[in-house]
Amino acid sequence: MAYLYNTPDQQREMLESIGVDSLAALFEQIPEPLQLGRLLNLPPALTEIELESHIQDLASRNRAGGGQVSFLGGGSYDHFIPAAVDAVASRSEFYTAYTPYQAEASQGSLQAFFEYQTLICQLTGMDVSNASLYEGGTAVSEAVFMSMRVTDRHRKVAILETVHPEYRQVCQTYLQQVNCELVTIPCPGGTADVAVVKKLLDDQTACLVVQHPNFVGCLEEARELTAAAHAVGALAVVSFDPLSLGWLARPGEYGADIAVAEGQSLGIPLQYGGPYLGIMACKQEYVRKMPGRLIGETVDRLGRRSFVLNLQAREQHIRREKATSNICTNQGLMALRATVYLSLLGPTGLREVGELCLQKSHYAAERLAQVPGIQLAFPGKPFFKEFVIETAGGTAPWIARAQAAGFDLGPSLGPAGAGLSGTGNRILVAVTERRTRDEIDRLVAAWS
Amino acid sequence: MRNTLATQLLFELSKPGRRAAVFPACDVPVRPVAELLPASQLSPSAPALPEVTEPEVIRHFVNLSTKNMSVDTHFYPLGSCTMKYNPKRHERLSSVAGIVDIHPNRPDEDVQGMLELLCTMQQMLAEIAGLPAVSLQPAAGAQGEFTALLVASAYFRARGEQRTKVLFPNSAHGTNPASAALAGFECVQLGSTPNGFIDLAELRKHLDSRTAVFMVTNPNTLGMFEREIPEVARLVHEAGGLVYIDGANMNAICGITRPGDFGGDMMHYNVHKTFTGPHGAGGPGAGPIAVRDFLADYLPGPIVTKETRADGTAFYRRSTPARSIGRVRSFFGNVGILVRGYLYLRTLGAAGVRAMSENAVLNANYVLSKLKDVLPVPQGDRCMHEFVASGKPLKDARGISTMDIAKRLLDFGFHAPTVYFPLVVAEALMVEPTETESKETLDAFVDAIRRIVAEDPEFLHQAPYETPISRPDDVRAARQPILKWVAPNAAASS
Repeated sequence: MAYLYNTPDQQREMLESIGVDSLAALFEQIPEPLQLGRLLNLPPALTEIELESHIQDLASRNRAGGGQVSFLGGGSYDHFIPAAVDAVASRSEFYTAYTPYQAEASQGSLQAFFEYQTLICQLTGMDVSNASLYEGGTAVSEAVFMSMRVTDRHRKVAILETVHPEYRQVCQTYLQQVNCELVTIPCPGGTADVAVVKKLLDDQTACLVVQHPNFVGCLEEARELTAAAHAVGALAVVSFDPLSLGWLARPGEYGADIAVAEGQSLGIPLQYGGPYLGIMACKQEYVRKMPGRLIGETVDRLGRRSFVLNLQAREQHIRREKATSNICTNQGLMALRATVYLSLLGPTGLREVGELCLQKSHYAAERLAQVPGIQLAFPGKPFFKEFVIETAGGTAPWIARAQAAGFDLGPSLGPAGAGLSGTGNRILVAVTERRTRDEIDRLVAAWS
Repeated sequence: MRNTLATQLLFELSKPGRRAAVFPACDVPVRPVAELLPASQLSPSAPALPEVTEPEVIRHFVNLSTKNMSVDTHFYPLGSCTMKYNPKRHERLSSVAGIVDIHPNRPDEDVQGMLELLCTMQQMLAEIAGLPAVSLQPAAGAQGEFTALLVASAYFRARGEQRTKVLFPNSAHGTNPASAALAGFECVQLGSTPNGFIDLAELRKHLDSRTAVFMVTNPNTLGMFEREIPEVARLVHEAGGLVYIDGANMNAICGITRPGDFGGDMMHYNVHKTFTGPHGAGGPGAGPIAVRDFLADYLPGPIVTKETRADGTAFYRRSTPARSIGRVRSFFGNVGILVRGYLYLRTLGAAGVRAMSENAVLNANYVLSKLKDVLPVPQGDRCMHEFVASGKPLKDARGISTMDIAKRLLDFGFHAPTVYFPLVVAEALMVEPTETESKETLDAFVDAIRRIVAEDPEFLHQAPYETPISRPDDVRAARQPILKWVAPNAAASS
């Protein structure tokens, strides 16, 4: 039997020590009528060799990396992952440990997460980072709940329509039971109109949620939007793209109170949507209202620098229903990947990867806009690595032609962009540092 | 032989001008950044990240890793966490091309292999639960609880019922009340019987027409099966409420008994525990939920459904249930962890799953039988997959606390059990050996505890001695929180 050690003789010895005569007798606590009394109906057991061919068969029926060139985006991106990230994350001293409750037995994880918190603060210009949340969508929802606690306003939250539609859906789900209105601010032009935003905020609003760069790739007027939130006493929650911060102003520089992000671009594989990494950082004054684990530095009984789980009185295992969140298991290993990724990049690498995304996406946008039947959806709006094109005669034939030529594009802003005013015939195009001029030119040729 | 040079903080290793990752030269015509982005959008400087080389990064993190205890290096009987062996085939096979590199925004036609895997995972989890409808969305157990509570509230809303209370016993995991509060419910904590079981009289007293859900972990957090669970379920159902099973302890009962068969209406799994995730130094996990048929329409989407096409071939489709509560996260779920759980269940098969639980229960009972004379177990001589011993008599007699035992165990090369939980046992030590440990390891663990309880209490108060640090000052950490590294000159000026 797989992964079991004890021989039949040992099992007998153990049963004897317990004082029973069979394995079945161990389960006499469970009333007979409740016992299943049959084997589960599961597929047959496979050996490692069989399992490998089974997985290869399933994998062969997925269209993934392989020979295809990806311009897919919308919150998850084909960025390069250096081998050193995988090497560290596959150290089983990290991945087979759990929550570092015993500090003495967990200094490796604790120090790595303390470094993660520091790196996120350096990246964002914020004061404090937690040690991770689940992913980008729930990070927004946690920030919304945190804003309600900070402002003591529980009835209204404003969110821009240009925030990732799935993040907005998650927010709607999280708020459905607590009688808090989620006001979605229309952004027909691809970015928020600050004058419109100001009209929709009031002294009951807990926070304004902004994504910058936003779901359609455009840069928002982040500084003006955070100021608009502050003018009514609301918090400014900003969902950012970590890889944009080699160039773009940092959330801490333009007045964000809570900065959140999907951290997938920091060395985490696509994996059909998860596990990813929920990043959250905030201003110092809100730290005790923050959800999730925090690692702190202290000294041990001999004065040695030590790292511990800190401010646990915010958390569910201490505070129960009064906790700042229900989160327990987080995304530790993904935070470790981000830590290694950011240390490999450093300030220079972060600028380089950002500039490659910026230059290549602008080259692609310029070339694609010259293709007959294609135009930019939001011409003249600044963007970072993603932009939207409008295609004549629907998106399906265009995507099919691209696929036939070896290119994957999307999402087309039908289902994923539902609710974003004026969508239709639109495709989101993401250009990462991995794309080459040749690939872009060939896509243009395939569509011309 | 510790390399303390390499385990300084990354920021202390940094030297201006060093670097690791190098990117290709830009192969498209380069335009000035100022032409592409307005000045108002730019930061005056790049973030002050550390500057280190790749060999330094590797040496740093590899040395840091040696400061951890882990399942691959040590026995890790952390109660309630199911720290079992994480098979290496899972790491390899979840990382193959065509699995690890699938973009989540691909259309269903592109990902039929993955959707088939996820659909089979839904079916396997439904069968193990005895509950027919499964959502794989939740990222961890706590999110599974929250999701199921939203499902329950949507169900009651559709029936026009105003049910505002969630009940749970005082032995519940902290996530239960925290999830209920997050979902907008009023939390009602119930007292337990002196033996730590659900108190039926207490339950009856609090059940009424406002009761939405009774949440219970079964086997409970004391490692005991709630024998009265059918009666509990009957009472809750009679009051019009639903029974939620916290599946943290599923490792005890897979293939033996099923939540759906003992009265549960909803449950979550912890794939990182029961189906060997792995735990990732705190996560990621996956917390799928399984529910009864009448709740299926409210599950979050997407779920995977199988269709048979006109030509007889199968087609797998993502869909959103008719009256869904909506998404609880972006994209499909923590697929990387679900794939590992799938690989585990496909390796074990039905007989292997049953043997898994049988041996988990055997190992726990064996340790209990060897330990009970030095550390009494208030709940009795028998347990399921874990037990909770009490250090209270030892503390009263000799001043040795549960914390002392936990810390000293580290010197003997064993990770500590879960301590001071559940709150209903004084000086609690919660021991969960799991099935993937040998009798020899269990004997050595028992032997270590027997030796520890005979040691000098003063000596134990200072333990551990062999670990990189000992007894960090938590009070100081909380009073003046240092939550990030600050450059020495910056610290002086602030």
